[in-house]
Amino acid sequence: MMLLKGGDIIDPSGGLSGVADILINEEGFIENIGQDIETDEEDALIIDVSGLKVMPGLVDMHVHLREPGYEYKENIDTGLKAAAAGGFTTIVCMPNTSPVVDTRSTVRFIKERAGAAGLGNLYVAGAASKGLEGRDMAEIGDMVAEGIVAVTDDGKSIADASLMRRVLEYIKMFDIPFMVHAESPELAGAGVMHEGLVATTIGMPGIPAQAESVIVARDIELAELTGSRVHITHLSTESSLDYVRRAKAKGLKVTCDVTPHHLTMTDDAVMGFDTNTKVNPPLRPQRHVDAVIKGLQEGVIDAIASDHAPHAVHEKESSYIEAPFGMIGLETSLAVLITRLVRTGILTLEQLVAKLTIGPADVLGLDAGRLEVGAPADITVVDPDVMWTIDPNIFYSLGRNCPYAGWEVGGKVKYTIAGGKIIAKNGVVE
Amino acid sequence: MSATTGEYIKTTPAIKDRSVEAGTEKSRGGDHIMDKDLIRIRTLDKEDIVRILDQAESFYEILDRPIRKVPALRGKIVVNLFFEPSTRTRTSFELAAKTLSADVVNIATKVSSAVKGESIKDTALTLKSLGANIIIVRHSHPGVPELISKQGDFKVINAGDGWGEHPTQSLLDLFTIRRKMGSLKDLHVTIMGDITHSRVARSNIYALTKMGAHVHIVAPPTLVPACLEKLGVKVHYHIEEVMEYTDILYLLRIQMERLEQSFFPSLREYAQFFGVNAKRLEQFSKEVMVMHPGPINRGVEISHDVADGMDTYIEEQVRNGVVVRMAILYLISREGAGRHDVA
Repeated sequence: MMLLKGGDIIDPSGGLSGVADILINEEGFIENIGQDIETDEEDALIIDVSGLKVMPGLVDMHVHLREPGYEYKENIDTGLKAAAAGGFTTIVCMPNTSPVVDTRSTVRFIKERAGAAGLGNLYVAGAASKGLEGRDMAEIGDMVAEGIVAVTDDGKSIADASLMRRVLEYIKMFDIPFMVHAESPELAGAGVMHEGLVATTIGMPGIPAQAESVIVARDIELAELTGSRVHITHLSTESSLDYVRRAKAKGLKVTCDVTPHHLTMTDDAVMGFDTNTKVNPPLRPQRHVDAVIKGLQEGVIDAIASDHAPHAVHEKESSYIEAPFGMIGLETSLAVLITRLVRTGILTLEQLVAKLTIGPADVLGLDAGRLEVGAPADITVVDPDVMWTIDPNIFYSLGRNCPYAGWEVGGKVKYTIAGGKIIAKNGVVE
Repeated sequence: MSATTGEYIKTTPAIKDRSVEAGTEKSRGGDHIMDKDLIRIRTLDKEDIVRILDQAESFYEILDRPIRKVPALRGKIVVNLFFEPSTRTRTSFELAAKTLSADVVNIATKVSSAVKGESIKDTALTLKSLGANIIIVRHSHPGVPELISKQGDFKVINAGDGWGEHPTQSLLDLFTIRRKMGSLKDLHVTIMGDITHSRVARSNIYALTKMGAHVHIVAPPTLVPACLEKLGVKVHYHIEEVMEYTDILYLLRIQMERLEQSFFPSLREYAQFFGVNAKRLEQFSKEVMVMHPGPINRGVEISHDVADGMDTYIEEQVRNGVVVRMAILYLISREGAGRHDVA
């Protein structure tokens, strides 16, 4: 038994808020939530969390754990540790590993490795096309039988609209969403950053915002044609958001997420050629940042996901053009978002927590993101007032490609509890 | 001031003034370019640019001497690190460095370990260990000079980084214009051709606007990068629009690669709209100074009658390139100009 005493509860799923105690049973589920709960159990662990924010365990629906195949960048164990340290009890990993997650046995391998780590819940997104090659449909049904929660060719779009249509139709029988990485390969070309004033200033090949929004528009049209669930992941442009807004107004099953970096950084950060700012979709000018912030405030955006994408130091220590796309996020997301969105008054803490818990859980239909009696005891306890300086060198993630190095941020995870077990305390994995 | 430089002052009185001036400027604290590298015009002050041009002016006569050699860089190791093929720029830098008595090492892609998979970082660390004082780098990716600069206390000169910048080309262009026109202020300079993929265009836009010139761009819309006018230039699609006021017509080389990528339909059509021949030159109101960074495509952006004509300064640009690069090498290598003593 574990009893969290006197915490300030924030549970956007049920609108629960205010000071209460939470009792967790031996099976790892929430036994009781209420005032002045006592336990007469001898060896119950009683933790005083007064003055701290108690929220559902955070959910990150878009991470890259690099295993199998790229264990030098990250692996399932280090990725789950990074998640635990960052307050995430549920994460969803993308299929662009080597081999690609396009068969049942790869899904099973990942789930077994995660089970052995015992650090929160890892769900798998399977490839939509075999080998992520965009030619033939992967054995989606077989992977669903092994527990995948979405399909995606993340890293690219399915260029062939006809294959995209067939995949969307097919996944209806499993009621899972397609997570769309929206990028027209032709329009993106050899671009490495947003096409705009900064790219022109420093002479870098650009990716126009429309490389994203033309695919968003196409796939929303196909969502209408097929009636399937389409989730636009790491949405980053004003126009993409407009398409999603209209689709939702029409009643289509379209959802989207946005990353912390597209909410907090602009393409100005690329000016000094820091390869840690190289990410796909690229950092955008302020106009797009303002648009996605507005989308969050209006509720058009369902979730915030890190797109945690670790790379080895030597891979990022190259020219901007050569360096791989991607930045890590699991250990910084919450603090960066609290600092830049909550402390500035853009969102309430409750609104932010919604996008990190029930929002993504609902998109994927996961049993996560709620504090209620009978739910799994996945709980994150946060002190929103603690200030700290981001230092990637001490991360659990093997990746050091963090664009926030040196940022002063507020908000520290005190406890990460998954399945009734403390998996991280004060940022230290248990 | 080093003994080497002292010895040098005896032979060329013109330098003496500059040295005194440089001494006073050091105390003013904002000694930007000479702090370490010459990588971008964008981050230079107008004063830095003027100082380089003045220095080049004082070196100008050296090239006419029977023995083209002064000892300013004696004992210094200058490395030409070219990851991209180049004959003109590399030769120009080599002659500039040798005229200043530096020891010059040329590293070209074909013989470098870059092709064997050694990283840029490791190449720079190797050159540091070998004692390089100045690394002149050309690479097809923007930002590589900065990456190299981070690896050591040597000075870095950017000899062209992808579509980024080509500062020494731009400085020699300014020098050529200033010699002919006296000043750069209020001149109308038209840069015509492929702006998107041109480091020369970028450096010249920054340099010319800093010096108070008006910069006009003439190019097909496919070769004008996004938001270009925000850099302080005026964009035109037709040469006729600038014929009235252009003082200097700066042509850029069209690369065959752009044709393959469908930026325009054919070389023939490109030449029809953007090629300069004697007849078109006559339509300009003023006597126009025609410039080109080379190598030229005869019959595409420039016809033979213009290339070989009286209004063309291409050969002067080449000669001035050596002088301007001497000035840069000299200023950048002075004692007490290292990054370590800035703080």
